Amino acid sequence: MSIQGWTFLIVGLSFALYIGIALRARAASTKEFYVAGTGVPPIANGMATAADWMSAASFISMAGLISFLGYDGSVYLMGWTGGYVLLALLLAPYLRKFGKFTVPDFIGDRYYSSGARVVAVFCAIFISFTYVAGQMRGVGIVFSRFLEVPIGTGVLVGMAIVFFYAVLGGMKGITYTQVAQYCVLIFAYMVPAIFISLMISGHAIPQLGLGGEVAGAGVALLDRLDGLHEQLGFSPYTGGSRATIDVFFITAALMVGTAGLPHVIVRFYTVPRVRDARSSVGWALLFIALLYTTAPAVAAFARVNLIETVEGAHYEETAGGENERSLPAWFRTWEDTGLLAWVDKDGDGRVAYRSGAVFAAREGQRKVAPVFTGERGAHGERLLANEPTANRNELYVDRDIMVLANPEIARLPNWIVGLVAAGGLAAALSTAAGLLLVVSSAVSHDLLKRSLLPSITEAGELKAARISAALAVCVAGYLGVHPPGFVAEVVAFAFGLAAASFFPAIIMGIFWRRMNREGAVSGMLVGIGFTAAYIIHFKFVRPEDNTPENWWLGISPEGIGTVGMLINFAVAAVVSRFTPPPPEQVQELVEHIRIPKAARTSARDDG
Amino acid sequence: MREARPRHEAYWRANIRILAVLLSIWFTVSYVCGILLVEPLNQVRIPLTGFKLGFWFAQQGSIYTFVVLIFVYVRLMNRLDDEHGVSED
Repeated sequence: MSIQGWTFLIVGLSFALYIGIALRARAASTKEFYVAGTGVPPIANGMATAADWMSAASFISMAGLISFLGYDGSVYLMGWTGGYVLLALLLAPYLRKFGKFTVPDFIGDRYYSSGARVVAVFCAIFISFTYVAGQMRGVGIVFSRFLEVPIGTGVLVGMAIVFFYAVLGGMKGITYTQVAQYCVLIFAYMVPAIFISLMISGHAIPQLGLGGEVAGAGVALLDRLDGLHEQLGFSPYTGGSRATIDVFFITAALMVGTAGLPHVIVRFYTVPRVRDARSSVGWALLFIALLYTTAPAVAAFARVNLIETVEGAHYEETAGGENERSLPAWFRTWEDTGLLAWVDKDGDGRVAYRSGAVFAAREGQRKVAPVFTGERGAHGERLLANEPTANRNELYVDRDIMVLANPEIARLPNWIVGLVAAGGLAAALSTAAGLLLVVSSAVSHDLLKRSLLPSITEAGELKAARISAALAVCVAGYLGVHPPGFVAEVVAFAFGLAAASFFPAIIMGIFWRRMNREGAVSGMLVGIGFTAAYIIHFKFVRPEDNTPENWWLGISPEGIGTVGMLINFAVAAVVSRFTPPPPEQVQELVEHIRIPKAARTSARDDG
Repeated sequence: MREARPRHEAYWRANIRILAVLLSIWFTVSYVCGILLVEPLNQVRIPLTGFKLGFWFAQQGSIYTFVVLIFVYVRLMNRLDDEHGVSED
């Protein structure tokens, strides 16, 4: 069967599975809609959290990102896993004991302030929409690359699927589809990874292959990579080029941001007991680590393979001979999709891969991407409208290719390509659903029930939750079809905001009984204000200044959330010293959430 | 401020001690071994592999340690809950 046929079959089967689960897991009450009736077993919650967390970016782009960044890519590996230690030790068990439905719920109750609740609602909605736009776009891109349908149609299909289980099933439906989606995505990631590991290193376990030797060459893989990088003018793969202080602050911002993301936190409201909240974070990280320790191995294999296959190869078939190679067939396949491009600068018909951009961005482009003229050059390559640069690099490589093209590079059967497509879709859809639920519960629960319309009935609130979920799906779909152009830039925003707002406010709410409304609110406002101002300055107002010499202390906008968090802590500490302590019943609440056993049953009641 | 209940006070202090120890390990494997000391540690190789130690901590070792840390925490806290009679079952 053809690649397309397999892709349709496997993607279709996976969608049928998700819809089947959605039909069986309909939510009958708001408690089921928001927190799956707090009846999710810890291992299932771990899988659901892993799928919730691992997005289209983790699945498709991360290995490629690391492949091009080398050691510098470690910020994502450590940053996006280390946050789970913070979640397990500092947040999840206490928030589970608190036992309400959302993150703004905790902020509003702990700081006895509807103002704080509303600030939290808007942060949660902003963070979620920022993120979800990228997921919907990811769905569209997977569809267009593997099934050759327009991106818009792909987004619509994705919306329809998410609509089905998010609107019908709420958290209950999402949880069990996420469990299925984790299984699909991890299988789809591991199979090609294992084969490419066998091909390059001879090890069946990619994590061991990364530390192994290049098969048949007697030299360590990572040394080979460092050697190739040096030869071609790239900075060493295991060395990196970012300043240490920036690596430190970015890692911290990603860790703290991860721990502060509302769609991740809320997953730990869904388990039956405090001890289940603790262990399900462990399971979640175990399931995430499986992919996150494989990704750097895939990155290194794909990098070695790419360089050794294309560097110096003839674009056209050659007669052969000593040191005469021509490009493999997959190069042309992916050139046709625009993920690869070649400019024959020196006119020798061979690919030269060096450091530096091949060509300049076209006017109006926010980043350098190839624009094809539609004509073919002397060797049959696709010609570009972009202005070539003066350096010797002739090859443009989109980082996504490192995962997408793996099956072809490793000459795997067609059904594996279909599997990778289904895996990418599972990753994108599961994350999108989790985020949309946060938006829907923020609107129906935190804004309506807890702020504007406290008299709303249970049935009315459930209906409001379904309507806001449906609206959120439509907004997300719109953002997926018409991406606002700055999606990539605002992801730094999402993490920065989560790090500078939710994380400190929740931590102080649990570990510092004396922390009061005035302290927490002013800390959040100053933290958010500082972080937002810094990011807006370098990403939107003066993007041309976004270079290490101009950064404050050499900290990039990606890492500034860490500073925002520290400012939040400091401001809150000072302000709370000069303002009255929180009321008796709030101090009582802090005592209550610190102890697993429910001493007061009343605190568990809803509303 | 209200008098704290002594039984829970002891539980909470023990909890904070566990957090302090585990978080120092968390900080050491990632920020110290994987970032601050990565260059000196890269002079060392993990025997029988091609891994430079600092690079390994940054891309593999820290993640393995994080997973182990959480499961150790789960064990320690479950035991602490039982000792102080605050377990849920």
